[in-house]
Amino acid sequence: MPETAAAPASKKFSLQQYKTEVHVDWCPGCGDFGILSSIQQALFQLQLPPYKVAMISGIGCSGKTPHYIDTYGLHTLHGRALPVATGAKLANNQLTVVAVGGDGDGYGIGAGYFLNSGRRNIDMTYIVFNNGVYGLTKGQASPTLAKGLKTKSMPDPSIQEGINPIAVALGAGYTWIGRGYALDVKSLVSLIVQAINHKGTSFLDVFQTCPVYNDLRTKEWYAGEDIGRTRIRRLDADPTWNPVVADASSIEEIVEKKTRALHASYESGDNLAVGVFYSIDLPTYDDQLATKVPALKEHPLVDLPLYQRDVQPLFDELA
Amino acid sequence: MPTELSRREFSWVLGGPQGGGINASAEIYAKALTRGGLHVFANIEFHSNIMGKHSYYRVTAAPIPVRSHVDDIHMLVALDQESLFGDAAERKHYPSHTGHVHQVAPGGSIVYDADLKIEPAQFGRGDIHLYPIPFFEVLEEALKAVGKGGQSRKYIVMRNTVALGASIGVAGYDEELLFEAIRSEFKGRKAEAAEMNVAAARAAAAYARSHFDARPDRRLAPVPIEQRKNRMLIKGFQAVGIAKLRAGLGLQTYYPISPATDESVYLEAKGPQYQCTVVQCEDEIASINMAIGAAHMGVRAATSTAGPGFALMSEGFGFAAITEAPGPVVFLWQRGGPSTGLPTRTEQADLQFALHPAHGDFPHIVVAPGDIEESFMDSFESFNWADRYQVPVVVLLEKFLASSLFSSEPIDMSKLQIDRGFIYQPADADGDGYRRHAITADGVSPRTLPGMPGGIFSTTSDEHDPEGHITEGIENRIAMMRKRMAKLQTAAKEIPAASKFTLHGPRQADLTLVAWGATKGAILDAMSELEADGRTVNFLQIRLMRPFPADAVAAILRSARLTVLIENNYSAQLGALIAEQTGVALDHHVLKYDGRPFSRNEIVEGVRAALSEQRKEVMVSHA
Repeated sequence: MPETAAAPASKKFSLQQYKTEVHVDWCPGCGDFGILSSIQQALFQLQLPPYKVAMISGIGCSGKTPHYIDTYGLHTLHGRALPVATGAKLANNQLTVVAVGGDGDGYGIGAGYFLNSGRRNIDMTYIVFNNGVYGLTKGQASPTLAKGLKTKSMPDPSIQEGINPIAVALGAGYTWIGRGYALDVKSLVSLIVQAINHKGTSFLDVFQTCPVYNDLRTKEWYAGEDIGRTRIRRLDADPTWNPVVADASSIEEIVEKKTRALHASYESGDNLAVGVFYSIDLPTYDDQLATKVPALKEHPLVDLPLYQRDVQPLFDELA
Repeated sequence: MPTELSRREFSWVLGGPQGGGINASAEIYAKALTRGGLHVFANIEFHSNIMGKHSYYRVTAAPIPVRSHVDDIHMLVALDQESLFGDAAERKHYPSHTGHVHQVAPGGSIVYDADLKIEPAQFGRGDIHLYPIPFFEVLEEALKAVGKGGQSRKYIVMRNTVALGASIGVAGYDEELLFEAIRSEFKGRKAEAAEMNVAAARAAAAYARSHFDARPDRRLAPVPIEQRKNRMLIKGFQAVGIAKLRAGLGLQTYYPISPATDESVYLEAKGPQYQCTVVQCEDEIASINMAIGAAHMGVRAATSTAGPGFALMSEGFGFAAITEAPGPVVFLWQRGGPSTGLPTRTEQADLQFALHPAHGDFPHIVVAPGDIEESFMDSFESFNWADRYQVPVVVLLEKFLASSLFSSEPIDMSKLQIDRGFIYQPADADGDGYRRHAITADGVSPRTLPGMPGGIFSTTSDEHDPEGHITEGIENRIAMMRKRMAKLQTAAKEIPAASKFTLHGPRQADLTLVAWGATKGAILDAMSELEADGRTVNFLQIRLMRPFPADAVAAILRSARLTVLIENNYSAQLGALIAEQTGVALDHHVLKYDGRPFSRNEIVEGVRAALSEQRKEVMVSHA
């Protein structure tokens, strides 16, 4: 890759450098602000050069996120952020690739990619802004809205179960699974930092409030004003909680850790677990490609000399 | 009236159950003929089935160039009863075919398994030669000779080789060329099998020579050694795969689908040594979007599919176009539609689909090569166009081209040039006011390669401003639409005429044939037969479908005396495109939509029927 401009190796990047001047058009009080700010702070904490980061989003309110972060950004199609992110990472494995999208985007129209990205284990991060509704189309039920709930724009309560994204992610094979809360920015920054540092596909579901269309899952509800205590339960508050698989070759340990994570993900509506559910070190798709194409260990695909190939031997095979 | 080609060619068909090894045998036969200096064209027909259904491989060879098959079979080699008489016995109400016996030309021959115990009268043909060969017995004897006696059951697949050897014995071809071809097929670990197969072929040829006196009218001979040229035997999917590697393909994505999969699997096998990555995706939506992601990062990316997969790519195609991704290049291998249609058969019914692959107005390029060399060249150039104009490109291909085998001279690669288009070099690492979608006169904006300091951009599937941020502003919308669409004019200006269309034959002729894609071979071969009717004939082959070379095509067609459009589809899709772009309605249409490629006879008879009966539209289908 032509690098005419010198890379500022020693220069510290300021938090401001991760922000654009583009007007943020989310509604006042939107939980997305917490997630946006957390991503910017995480990138800042990691001191990732902005030009080495690609933010890739789906469609919906969350899809606008790349416009507000001053890195390379692709605002793609509804549900397709993960395949685009995968292609981007395959093309340039030296970029930090972060895909973002909503719950409808990821668990509805993009469900196939949510599953298959888990089994592929590309080294990238996927953050889902999960608010239970389709905000941009004015509040229809999303795949995570629980059965029986009726948000204010719905004529009737939902008669479908909501899916459990953590449980699905465990089954799909994600190698790092976490959940955060949009309004607890400090914890969320830490989770995003861990997710980006994880080698493999890290999946972070984030409870996010939609103050306009989801009048049930409000910040007051998460804070538990009606029950006198917060509904958010931090997994790391439990001293026995250890989500990290120590021996990746041990099926027993994997099943045990996944089972605990599954239990935590199904805790009742008044106890919403956040934190790291599961983590394991497994070979990434990128690693495995590099065994076939060793040059990828040192250089991204985009930098390889692909344009002077001698294909004559392929013709000779056919003679 | 016979032409030199129709007098000198030899049409050989090997039929048998799918999965029974006929492909390998037919390709060995084709190789033996190619090495004997003959020109070879071979095509296969098979069912969407793993094992058991009828398939057949047709190899047409001649000492002069041949690019098509004919209805006549000069030698039929049958491994089973169905290849002879069809499947009416099993499928009483809707038999799918009636076998090949009726296609054998008078004086031709049938080589078949004597164990089928067919009475000669059952063939109902007093005008052909029958060569019943006891496949099993010959195999048993041959195996005995190489110390594998009593193992015929284990090596039963070698019945194919017995049939092959017997056919060469009957046809009188140089048997050593066959043995060499067998040995080149079974190399390395399979070397032991090579000698067993050679023994089987040798025994079968000897049996055929010694047990029958009568010889078929048409026989097979290699050209003299000093006149033999080195030719390769290549299929369309291989030409495309090699071209893509030569073009610098970095990422190929695909979801398995007939008839596109062969190309991706070929790249999976050959790619790693060339540092090319191939990803099998969860569906075609993922395939195109992954390729778009890679294209935006600066890697040449492609995906290969067929109609049903392309239908899923619609959304991604528009996304590539509005975000001005440099690609991807979509290789669309057409099969019989609609819907699942005829998965393993050929058709040219996706032209209008390729021209309108997504909602909204956007620029893209569609090119439809007609043979091996054009498949190579167009596949190569399509990546240059994708980079240069920052548009998605469709290379429109056919099952017929994918799986047909052509004896080909080496492709001249000396003039190939890689053109990555306008890549911006930022002057300042902090950004110097770079705008990814800057408005330009030719429509092409500078692109950067993500990872570059100073080149940061955002882009979106929403309408956007020059910086790639969402806007619904009216002036911007108009400017952006014009800028994007201007790329079509730029491409139309820059792409050389030779890549757009070819007028084969004289500039002026009594009859002008118009067609596209892989009907090219049959039409070129049919021209001399049509000329024998006393007319001069030329052939306008259109390759670049978008941007369409409207002025040049209009000029040719307006001065044409009589025009006949030939297409492998129901609705004359190129005819519609020509009418739309030039206002010219072609005089006659010869169409075929039975899922099979045109034989040379179908072209000739279709054109003759259209002209003699003054019919606007003629459908041909020679079962």
